[in-house]
Amino acid sequence: MKIHEYQAKEIFRKYNVPVPDGNVAFNPDEAVEVAESLDSQVYVVKAQIHAGGRGKGGGVKLAQSTDEVRSLAEAMLGMTLVTHQTGPGGKEVQRILVEQGVDIKRELYVGIVLDRQAGKDVFMVSTEGGVEIEKVAAETPEKIIKEWVEPGLGLQTFQARKLAYALGLEGNQVRSAVKFFHALYKAYSASDASLAEINPLVVTGSGDVMALDAKMNFDDNALFRHKDIMELRDLSEEEPSEIEATKHNLNYIKLDGNVGCMVNGAGLAMATMDIIKLHGGEPANFLDVGGVANAETVANGFRIIMNDPNVKAVLINIFGGIVRCDRVAQGVIDALNLVKVNVPLVVRLEGTNAKEAAELLENSNLDFLVANSLEDAAKKVTAAIKE
Amino acid sequence: MSILVNDNTRLIVQGITGSEGSFHTQQMIEYGTQVVAGVTPGKGGQKTEHSVPIFNTVSEAQNATDANTSVIFVPPPFAADAIMEATDADLDLVICITEGIPVQDMVKVKTYMAGRKTRLVGPNCPGVISPGKAKIGIMPGFIHKKGSVGVISRSGTLTYEAVHQLTTRNIGQSTCIGIGGDPINGTNFIDLLKMFQDDPNTDAVVLIGEIGGTAEEEAAAWAQANFSKPIVAFIAGQTAPPGRRMGHAGAIISGGKGTAEDKVKALRDAGIIVSDSPATIGELIEKALQN
Repeated sequence: MKIHEYQAKEIFRKYNVPVPDGNVAFNPDEAVEVAESLDSQVYVVKAQIHAGGRGKGGGVKLAQSTDEVRSLAEAMLGMTLVTHQTGPGGKEVQRILVEQGVDIKRELYVGIVLDRQAGKDVFMVSTEGGVEIEKVAAETPEKIIKEWVEPGLGLQTFQARKLAYALGLEGNQVRSAVKFFHALYKAYSASDASLAEINPLVVTGSGDVMALDAKMNFDDNALFRHKDIMELRDLSEEEPSEIEATKHNLNYIKLDGNVGCMVNGAGLAMATMDIIKLHGGEPANFLDVGGVANAETVANGFRIIMNDPNVKAVLINIFGGIVRCDRVAQGVIDALNLVKVNVPLVVRLEGTNAKEAAELLENSNLDFLVANSLEDAAKKVTAAIKE
Repeated sequence: MSILVNDNTRLIVQGITGSEGSFHTQQMIEYGTQVVAGVTPGKGGQKTEHSVPIFNTVSEAQNATDANTSVIFVPPPFAADAIMEATDADLDLVICITEGIPVQDMVKVKTYMAGRKTRLVGPNCPGVISPGKAKIGIMPGFIHKKGSVGVISRSGTLTYEAVHQLTTRNIGQSTCIGIGGDPINGTNFIDLLKMFQDDPNTDAVVLIGEIGGTAEEEAAAWAQANFSKPIVAFIAGQTAPPGRRMGHAGAIISGGKGTAEDKVKALRDAGIIVSDSPATIGELIEKALQN
């Protein structure tokens, strides 16, 4: 799960990770109110959307007065911000963060993620702050310094010191950075985060180390033990069809193609998308209906798929293991009575009771194409698109 | 022969009284697996509907039944603890079916298991089957056939698809292992390739990977130097967009790493046969076995 910068900064404050003073605003009046409460002559107004690259897209502005904060807030709230991470459609700005201006001496980078290979959390720091870190990693990997955290023991002080010196910090800045890294790791691990990233991490004129930006993602599997974090979810940042799918325990991701697909199992769902593409089609979605493919699940799946106006054909691919194919077939037939599917539908059922399932489908008099293999299914559905 | 599980497997089911645990215990017994004990804290001393004795702890179950393997159907918040308990009881193998374990719990499990004798398969996997000998997990037994092709996969139903393609071509399997779709798991591709290399009854291997992580790339490099039998690989997720979790917690392209393209290239560079389509895995194995 993703959250906004201002929410991540609230979590940081809770764990004593230094951040600039500031607060969220939903309208220009609130923005001015926040600015007036700050002990500062310069303000920063930042658009809050779940995407990076906001500065370049015009989503981060400096203001010299509270009047200017108002006019910036008026311009920014409601605007569509396009960055390299939002896609060409951009995202509408509904919240802004108003902060005190900070006297920046240096811009650095720090991030914590899970290193899957090592099975440990890894700290990454770089002196190349303020730019895209993926670019630094690709072009000058030697400029990213890493420290792995021993599970159960946490970040050790010598490691925090190594990171600080690697960043070229000196004197009091080192002490300030060591404290900062310890606090950051605490915020990360206590909240089951999957990512904590600060870009830029800044050294201020007075030598303090501070998180000018804040990004946190969380492990969806651990949210059950973090009710407070779950409440930070901003549904307006998510695809409505995906929210709808979650309600029905369906795993759906909207894509740009025109072949809708409904599959049981994540791996087979990806493979089904792949074979559609191989046969010249473009998948409209990823949809894993999981282990229970009954009439209700299939009907909900149809509703979500058919809500996408791009969909020109649908492929159902179920490999029945414990789920019996005849039950799935009955589910498909029943679902077609509940939901109108007005595009060609290809059904491929394999596994337990596949024969009985085929008979049910053949005898149903409903209008769909039955495929007898994965290959056949992909051919039939892509041919249907071309007609 | 086969790897990991066989006629000598004596199985404990952790979470045997839950609906999943109970249902699949029945299926496993019907397949011929020796289910010798179940564990559900608080229900020790009772017997299940399948007449399997229940114990409060894995240690008790192991002492009483001489079990060597465990399968876990415990809900996600308690599954990491269950894996560590099986490890503490010095079982040879623990197979965790549970999906949705927090990744930080698995980080702890990994540290706990380091240096101990127990091997973990999973979590978030269908389990392990040596056709005709033992089925441990949730895969449908009947689609398998005894034979000489090993199958290793990060996926569930996609594995069934591949096995189905083999069986319908009359190609049997020695052992099929689902290693799971999570970012941190126990046994990886390389561990299993080593075992298949040493298994005289395995003649070829199907390796099914997916986007996310670098396990396939590492397996490719290892296999090039150390593996002498043919491998046919497929990587799912060639059409998956970056930054999106494709169902499995581990199936996500992040920081430019873990794309299907990179994996396919690494595998091909290592001389491994890569199937572009998920529908041609069986066909390619058939050809590889003829050569």
